[in-house]
Amino acid sequence: MIPQKVDYKRAGSVAEALSLLSANPDAKILAGGHSLIPAMKLRLNSPSLLIDIARISELRFIHEQDGGVKIGAASTHHDIVSNATIRELYPAMAEAGELIGDTQVRNVGTIGGSIAHADPSADWPAVLLALGATINVEGPAGAHDIPASEFFTGFFSTALEEGEIVTAITLPAPSAAHQSAYKKFMQPASRFAIVGCAVAIVADGGTITDAKVAFTGVSDAAFLDEAVAAALIGQPAIPETIEAAANAAAEGDIHINEDHFASQAYRKHLAKVYAKRALVEACGL
Amino acid sequence: MSTITVTVNGKSYTKEVEGRTLLVHFLRDTLGLTGTHVGCDTSSCGACTIHLDGRAVKSCSMLAAQADGSILTTIEGLAPGGELHPLQVAFNDEHGLQCGFCTPGMIMTAADLLSQNPNPTEREIREGLEGNICRCTGYHNIVRAIQLAAERTAGVPA
Repeated sequence: MIPQKVDYKRAGSVAEALSLLSANPDAKILAGGHSLIPAMKLRLNSPSLLIDIARISELRFIHEQDGGVKIGAASTHHDIVSNATIRELYPAMAEAGELIGDTQVRNVGTIGGSIAHADPSADWPAVLLALGATINVEGPAGAHDIPASEFFTGFFSTALEEGEIVTAITLPAPSAAHQSAYKKFMQPASRFAIVGCAVAIVADGGTITDAKVAFTGVSDAAFLDEAVAAALIGQPAIPETIEAAANAAAEGDIHINEDHFASQAYRKHLAKVYAKRALVEACGL
Repeated sequence: MSTITVTVNGKSYTKEVEGRTLLVHFLRDTLGLTGTHVGCDTSSCGACTIHLDGRAVKSCSMLAAQADGSILTTIEGLAPGGELHPLQVAFNDEHGLQCGFCTPGMIMTAADLLSQNPNPTEREIREGLEGNICRCTGYHNIVRAIQLAAERTAGVPA
């Protein structure tokens, strides 16, 4: 399979990438390309120009910032899972990253590309929602920040405006009693999530004082499940709390995906099972 | 068209490529290095695995232009003087292949694995091969071959 004809330009800086993008409205930003190029080979996507940002050094970094971590958009999945600070502060990031695709995909695919593509079954969106991440964006109007909770707006859709690119992801400083986990039931061939659940909790003296629970694969975009979080906050971190909270998952007015791997009813069931598993791990039970 | 310069198996090449040319087609059709295979053509099977700047990548899912300025190694580059790489010897000794179609990709992925983790457990080997599909062997002999290569090269830099 061969993509349609396309021009290729490698941008040397974010400024150059933005200027190429504004001059070429049909262009697509290329990072690792591990979602975009397969889509182009299937002729699902035929941009006139690819603007390669993978080698822009100002986009490939991981550094500590204000007790948290800032990750450049062109950091590969492998860069992230092999970073000792991320592994220590955000176990859910390491767990999710290690479950993305396979070794070869993790060596090339990037976190910025993954979230800008916003596949409804991708792993990073759920984790970024649970951790309360901020997406750093640059565009013709300058730089601004978008909370992860406002970034994933629908099926392959994000809050990015025309001409904007993701430059970094900022993870906030975790509090002392913070724990996180990510569990997924994967499609056996593609390894995308049929259901993925990321949780981040703060348990102070045995009581859960803060909780965020996010799903991917379940609906047309990753989302925070407020009902599960509400059933956790203020409760003791014990199996009965988790059981009740997990049972509240994927209920209410939520569109549930359905395909030949998992019916709506089965996905809903899996959401509860994987919420429970992630919460059990995060609570150390 | 754009001009790219890549070093493949120690030799530098400067070539014109179309923007849409896939790296695997550049290697096979432009450079004639047909040891790298096209299997599924959908990023799943790993038959097209090569090393790009030292790390295993799927060359069917990258453009040749993306590799501009990089150092590439294909299966042909593992035995530069004709003397087989320890992984190639071990695949032979352990009967780690039947039809052989997946073997170049398996060996390139295994070489990346061993360069990062010279003494992997069986589980680590199996997880490391998640991106490579073999339809003949059932994987057991492939895993044994990688274990054998690891034992034979223990402590020896690649």
